[in-house]
Amino acid sequence: MNRHLLHAGLLAGTVLASAGSAGAVEIEYWQYIYETRVQAMDQLIEMFEAENPDITVKQVTFPYADYQTRVVAAKMAGNGPDVLQLFYGWTDRFVDGGVIQPLSKEAFPDEMIESEFFPIVSAMKRDGNYYGLPTAVRSLALFYNKKLFEEAGIDGPPQTLEELVADGQKLAKKDDGGNFTQVGMTIDMAGQDHQWWREVLLRQFGGVPYNDDYTEVEYDSEAGVAATQWYTDLVTAHGIGTQGFMDEGQAAFRAGRAAMTIDGTFRLGSFRGIEDFEWGVAELPANADGLRSNYASYFANAIGAGAEGEELEAAEKFLAFVSSPEAMQVWLKVVGELPARPEAALTEENLADPVYAPFLKALEYAHTTMFVDEAGQRQVTMDMINRILLQQQPVAEAVAEAAAAEQALLDRAN
Amino acid sequence: MSRDATPPPAAPRLSMRMRRALWVWGFLALPVLFYGVIRFYPTLDAFRLSFTDWNLMSAPKYIGLENYRRMLAEPEFWQVFRNTFAYLVLGTPISLLLSFTVAYFLDRIRFGHTLMRALYFLPYITTASAMAWVWRWFYQPAPTGVINAVLGDLGLAQMDFLRSTTWALPSIMVTAIWAGLGFQVIIFMAGLRSIPTTYYEAARIDGVGEWAILRRITLPLLKPTTVFLVVFSSIGFLRIFDQVYNMTTNDPGGPLGSTKPLVLKIYQTAFSSYEMGYAAAQTVVLFTILLLVSLGQLWALRKR
Repeated sequence: MNRHLLHAGLLAGTVLASAGSAGAVEIEYWQYIYETRVQAMDQLIEMFEAENPDITVKQVTFPYADYQTRVVAAKMAGNGPDVLQLFYGWTDRFVDGGVIQPLSKEAFPDEMIESEFFPIVSAMKRDGNYYGLPTAVRSLALFYNKKLFEEAGIDGPPQTLEELVADGQKLAKKDDGGNFTQVGMTIDMAGQDHQWWREVLLRQFGGVPYNDDYTEVEYDSEAGVAATQWYTDLVTAHGIGTQGFMDEGQAAFRAGRAAMTIDGTFRLGSFRGIEDFEWGVAELPANADGLRSNYASYFANAIGAGAEGEELEAAEKFLAFVSSPEAMQVWLKVVGELPARPEAALTEENLADPVYAPFLKALEYAHTTMFVDEAGQRQVTMDMINRILLQQQPVAEAVAEAAAAEQALLDRAN
Repeated sequence: MSRDATPPPAAPRLSMRMRRALWVWGFLALPVLFYGVIRFYPTLDAFRLSFTDWNLMSAPKYIGLENYRRMLAEPEFWQVFRNTFAYLVLGTPISLLLSFTVAYFLDRIRFGHTLMRALYFLPYITTASAMAWVWRWFYQPAPTGVINAVLGDLGLAQMDFLRSTTWALPSIMVTAIWAGLGFQVIIFMAGLRSIPTTYYEAARIDGVGEWAILRRITLPLLKPTTVFLVVFSSIGFLRIFDQVYNMTTNDPGGPLGSTKPLVLKIYQTAFSSYEMGYAAAQTVVLFTILLLVSLGQLWALRKR
């Protein structure tokens, strides 16, 4: 009993002494609740604290739906986090609202960031300053059901858009009443298809979605109409699939009733639970000229506007650590998201991995849309496709209407 | 001290009443205070916010009537407005008619009465979102959806319930009516039970037919119940959200906004676009509609 007490006292004494001598700092790290992300961060914090015994990091998490509101409320109350996670698409709002501060050029020189991270990190740059660094990035790929491909006698995933149409037609099945029992590919604008259409198809048909700084909509063009026509033809002309089949694209794929679906790295965890069939991942198909594109996105870590003095110093150390190649490997292992540094991502091991490789290759040519209101902009695209498929609006008119609606959204935000 | 507090013998009754009033207000003060801070203050504040441009981050900027001007000029707002009234105008009479019919006949049966009543009431106590998801799956195209699978087996064409701009709103309304039915049935039955049986006996002795009894005795005497239910159900339909949101999460209020009610639009404006001022302006409009509809109904049904 006494001995225990003595031990406890000694322990407390040493902890106090060491903390006191090094000037202990506690910093707060905020992110939203997603089990594997929280676990990965716990591990990283443990590693970081071992290296920096004078710094304690406290992880605070909130449900995703509340996250932004909490950050704002904390900012108003003046007790925001020192380091926080944010979606790259929230940067404008967080910068304007004074929630985050620019990274100091001494601790994070521009040349270092630009040479060591994938180019999509530029989405964190405002007026010459970087406001955050990603640990992991996400991109899109084509998931395909190997069992259904085999049954249909198709060797491998489609490499071009043309092959995708041909394969899709072979893979779709209907019952006597003309209803799909299996789709060649999921048609789900509410899922990732809107990103595919925006950053991939539009470019593959010779267009661009926006101007360089994403302030002007530029898809009201021949290319925009052609890309949209091609997409809706999957339903109307080729009978490859239908909207709302089994409610959601990913649900249809999981159920083994969709041969192909386009989805992101973040779906890997969920699809790994599939036991009824084997699935594979392929790069998004190229156009006839071999042009490929992709949409990449990420959550970045940034430093809260309130951090100053030794807390700022500790926050910088922590941010540098969570964006280090070492942290990225932990993140890849625990969360399954791809490292944001080519050095950590494009390793021989990762490139030989049949699941990671297609996603990784995509990072070299991916684009990152600078959304002002992702849900709103997605809605515009969904409505465009619905007007064509449900109301038989001519494609050119639908595209023009969508472009005008999205431009209005951009204008209001800028 | 204690002498002062003892009531003067001249008016013991008044003082007794006063003391009781004090007690009552003492107990009521807490909820009143709570309501004042949690409900009335934010409600009033919404009026102020509706004249501002506020994205939560920066300070609200006063912009006068700009939000209201934008609302009136926006076609989507009018569509949402029409949808909201479609829920109200179709939903309230249909649900009242149904619930009255059920209550009227349920009141007459003895065998299985309790079981039937429980079955009707069950949806009301089920979580709205859980129920919405069940119905969402019912409405799916074959092979997932039960309704379409049955239609298919009967050799009938598939219905595009939630994927059709015409049928999505009625499809969602059906689930909302079903969900509220049990409550209305119970209230109607309580109303029916409270009508003295002597009236019916007298009428039957005089040889009055069932139809006349219903029209001349039951319905007029049920008026207080009906007024309550009309107001209650109207407010419910004007504020419909759960069913719509959960049955259309992929394309909230879709397809093409054909099922979007005002509350969902307010929610999206506030918590997905972060345009708090604009959302507040829409809230003010909803508040005004709710107030007018409630007052109008009370007035119309009282007068007759």
